[in-house]
Amino acid sequence: MKFSEKWLREWVNPDIDTETLAHQLTMAGLEVDAIEPVAAEFEKVVVAGVLSVEAHPDADRLHICKVNVGDHNPLSIVCGAANVRAGLKVPAALVGAKLPGGLKIKKSKLRGVSSHGMLCSSQELGLAERADGLMELPPEAPVGIDIREYLKLDDVSIELGLTPNRGDCLSIAGIAREVGGLNRMKPTPPVISETASEIEDVLPVKLEAGADCPRYVGRIIRDINPAAITPLWLQEKLRRSGLRSLGPVVDVTNFILLELGQPMHAFDLEKLAGEVIVRHAKEGESLILLDGRQIKLQPGSLLIADSAAPLALAGIMGGVDSAVGDETRDIFLESAYFNPLAIAGRARHYGLHTDSSHRFERGVSFELQRDAMERATALLLDIAGGRPGPVIEQIKEKDLPLRAPVVLREARIQRVLGVKVAGEEVLEILTGLDMVVEPIDGGWHVTPPAFRFDIELEVDLIEEIGRIHGYDNLPESRPQIRLQMQPSSETRISMSKIRQVLVQRGYFEAITYSFVDPKMQTLLDPEHEPLTLLNPISSDLSVMRTSLWPGLVQAVIYNLNRQQNRLSLFESGLKFVMQDTELQQKMMIAGALTGDAWPSQWSMESRKADYYDIKAHVEALLTLGGNIEDVEFRVEVHPTLHPGQSAAIYHRQSGNLLGHIGALHPEIEQTLGLNQRVFVFELALDYVQEGQIPVFSPLSRFPAIRRDIAVMVDEAVESQKVHDCILQNGSKRLQNVELFDVYVGEGIDSGRKSLALGLTLQDLSRTLTDSEVDSEICNVVSALGAEFGATLRE
Amino acid sequence: MESHSKRLGEGWERQSSPFLCEKLITLYSEQDMIVQQELEQIINEATAAIGASADLRSLDEIRVRYLGKKGVLTERMKTLGSLSGEERPKAGQAINTAKKAVQQALEARKQSLQADTLNARLAAESLDVTLPGRSLPSGGLHPVTRAMERVEDLFRQMGFEVATGPEIEDEEHNFEALNIPESHPARAMHDTFYFADKTLLRTHTSPVQIRVMEGRKPPLRVIAPGRVYRCDSDLTHTPMFHQVEGLMVDENVSFTDLKAILIDFLHRFFERDDLSVRFRPSYFPFTEPSAEADIECVMCDGEGCRVCSHTGWLEVLGCGMVHPNVLRHVEIDDEKYLGFAFGIGVERLAMFRYGVNDLRMFFENDLRFLKQFA
Repeated sequence: MKFSEKWLREWVNPDIDTETLAHQLTMAGLEVDAIEPVAAEFEKVVVAGVLSVEAHPDADRLHICKVNVGDHNPLSIVCGAANVRAGLKVPAALVGAKLPGGLKIKKSKLRGVSSHGMLCSSQELGLAERADGLMELPPEAPVGIDIREYLKLDDVSIELGLTPNRGDCLSIAGIAREVGGLNRMKPTPPVISETASEIEDVLPVKLEAGADCPRYVGRIIRDINPAAITPLWLQEKLRRSGLRSLGPVVDVTNFILLELGQPMHAFDLEKLAGEVIVRHAKEGESLILLDGRQIKLQPGSLLIADSAAPLALAGIMGGVDSAVGDETRDIFLESAYFNPLAIAGRARHYGLHTDSSHRFERGVSFELQRDAMERATALLLDIAGGRPGPVIEQIKEKDLPLRAPVVLREARIQRVLGVKVAGEEVLEILTGLDMVVEPIDGGWHVTPPAFRFDIELEVDLIEEIGRIHGYDNLPESRPQIRLQMQPSSETRISMSKIRQVLVQRGYFEAITYSFVDPKMQTLLDPEHEPLTLLNPISSDLSVMRTSLWPGLVQAVIYNLNRQQNRLSLFESGLKFVMQDTELQQKMMIAGALTGDAWPSQWSMESRKADYYDIKAHVEALLTLGGNIEDVEFRVEVHPTLHPGQSAAIYHRQSGNLLGHIGALHPEIEQTLGLNQRVFVFELALDYVQEGQIPVFSPLSRFPAIRRDIAVMVDEAVESQKVHDCILQNGSKRLQNVELFDVYVGEGIDSGRKSLALGLTLQDLSRTLTDSEVDSEICNVVSALGAEFGATLRE
Repeated sequence: MESHSKRLGEGWERQSSPFLCEKLITLYSEQDMIVQQELEQIINEATAAIGASADLRSLDEIRVRYLGKKGVLTERMKTLGSLSGEERPKAGQAINTAKKAVQQALEARKQSLQADTLNARLAAESLDVTLPGRSLPSGGLHPVTRAMERVEDLFRQMGFEVATGPEIEDEEHNFEALNIPESHPARAMHDTFYFADKTLLRTHTSPVQIRVMEGRKPPLRVIAPGRVYRCDSDLTHTPMFHQVEGLMVDENVSFTDLKAILIDFLHRFFERDDLSVRFRPSYFPFTEPSAEADIECVMCDGEGCRVCSHTGWLEVLGCGMVHPNVLRHVEIDDEKYLGFAFGIGVERLAMFRYGVNDLRMFFENDLRFLKQFA
């Protein structure tokens, strides 16, 4: 809601400056979003009367005007506007004037004729975005007076960001009520009196929509002057509220909407067939709206119709066929009450949002319609003449909204607000808001006014009391709670600990959008069909990620394009996967690694990060809460990953898939234009977060014995399998197996590799003998031989 | 340690020999002069040799030569038997004194040589200690996480527990249960992302409130941090951002309590007890009374600048007393219990705390940006 401060002050004029007024409004819950001057700065522009107009001797389009600017000597001003004529009142910028945009008016010669000023258009004064010709002032405008004073331009437009519960403040009347209440003043609304009918014409009005429209006020006005011009004061009020002048009839209805908050509509009487019916749309009906769109009406939509067809979407927008045009002389004016529930959601359904629907869906007073009609009639007759018919009013009393008294308990006010508000203040606040207050035992019965749609419960009243009392005037108190220790799980690894593991390993945390580019999504996770947003912000953010990789890889590319070539990023968050028909929202942690393994430095030879770097990071995560022995890295083809440098990660006991790790597939790197290797991982967080309570095992007092062996196996044999086999075949004395070298090359048959393993054996109760150790090693070696054809390398 | 051994070695080397000679001269009488002269001769030769020895091995050879089984002084000892009973003790004493002198000289030289060796090693091993350390630098948390962890920590102190919920929500939890029926104009404020099956991306973390209250009974103190989504994207809006929702439900919780807790929070978060905070009446369907809290602009100290649109205030959170309809919906007795709830915009907090001036940078994940918060 945008309005002129001066307009508001016509209604209620507290002795406070603009800034204080704005602060008051904001602190009362009517937040001031902006305050703007209604006109750009300019000076030395006055009302001028054109005395005579002569053609310029050397220029066809220019005129030499004699202009009265209020002193004794008429000025000679050269003007090129087509609408300049003798007798016209216009704004004239005098020599020395400064116009918006910095233009300075000097005495000048135009094609040899001197000009002592400039006649202005509304555009040149910054009062309109576009103008054809000079701004025409009313004939009665006093010559010589400063135009700023004449148009009351030393004014501001105040824009309120109103919350949806305060539909009652979508008018000057409503804001004046609030400001009056806040300053303990009574607003002075304009006097509205009945205009007697001059003709007998009426249209039958039928209400067939029950509670959706329980009150409808109409009036025929004939013989208005279609050529009438809206007076400047009214145009200016509209302009300062952000509305354009569109002709007297529409201007008057818009004025009433702004002033009183009652949306009105004017129909061209000639286009109406027989009667006006307020009813719901039926299957198959359609309507061409004022904006030219043809819409299929949703059955149940509230309509204004005549006996033949729908005329308007009630309370939202009129139809083009019955609209008032430039030639219209006879009109039918509508001022109705539509139930918020009949309008709310409807406008949105048709993709519409109008000043009218905005008000109706928030609630317009159901007692306002007749006043609005009388005020509009009087204004319109003033501007465009015409002969009014009698007011037609249809009411369904039983369907009008109720304003039932709400019980307000004094004790409850204190419980909710935390502070006692004196009874007298409660009374003063509520009556100041036009509520009817009756004392009862321990409190009051409060009946809200017709324009308030947000007072139904006791707490609604308590909010009003708090609001007007002032939130800033409420003290602070600290809640008292009974001390009670909260449960704390030792086996739950906190997210912050998990993040720190990666941070310590050089990772930066990224946060990427949960919706991604479908192309990226398909490229990096072709096996899952993503959920698609119905209304994405853009096509490249239109599907929900089924993996954290698309976002991370995009972030990698973003950084590589900015010369950040050594990069490790991680992210944690949900991925969204359909499993059968059920949506799974799973917490994941994922990382991407590319470039040098460490920053180039004097003390270490630089090398590129590789699979084993990222694997170490994954292992660090997996061992946070669990045992690395519980996890298996299994060779498994993943469409996104290099088949020889990737693995699926499984939990051994449950067989659950925990995640994936590997280098991006070279084909994908190529598609993405990556010219360096990128390694990625993704793990299910629920596993990473699951810890164990440590269980003590006794320490041996006897020496441990380590034996190193080198076994040769086929190159394809996975070291993890060898490791598993050793553990399975060793006794419980086998404390540790350490793989300390992998060798391929000279001395080893091609196709074979040598694994150097350190086996540590220890007994709890005694020192092991050489022969015991030998036999343990022998068992292991023969098992390896049997399983993998492993031979001992001598 | 180093300086101590060095001083010891150098001192002995300079002083030992003259000192010993003087001492010997006073010990012996005229008649023993010959023996003494011989012994002195030996001592002088020995100390000269010791002084000239370059390493521990040659020093040991000197020891063997004088004090070994067949050493010069050992041999001298053997000749004592041929002396008279009267002369023997004196001569014995003289030889012993000579042996001691040589031993002392040996020991001094040994220490000096050891110190030399150590010094040489230390010199050889010395580094340019100003060269940078071997570096595997740490990364860092995203500033939003950093701010969010801070919010969580502060509320945890007051016994608030952390809860989470799904990001794809149903209308029931995101709207209806929060007193936002289908036709409510507030739905339009939310710019909701929808899916074909009428599920949606949660527009706030408030549904977590509902999920917590559905399963539990008061007293409750919960915060719910997480991602939220609105179909809006421009200079000051990103389609995804983060909120921390807070909820406290108990028998005696009031608006003045809410004010105190949130003012405390803002003072602690910004570590400024003098930070002005104001509460403006506002509207949320799920709270009543509702308020928005503004802090004095931390960029201009409330003077008015571009960041605060020259108002001097920055809006940081929305809050209010839980609406009775919300409590009833989850079958909590709204007569017995009262609650307050609040929703904090994490990006805004992070922007104001760290001086980030462009919201969109949070989601570009530019390493140069992320490194600033490590």
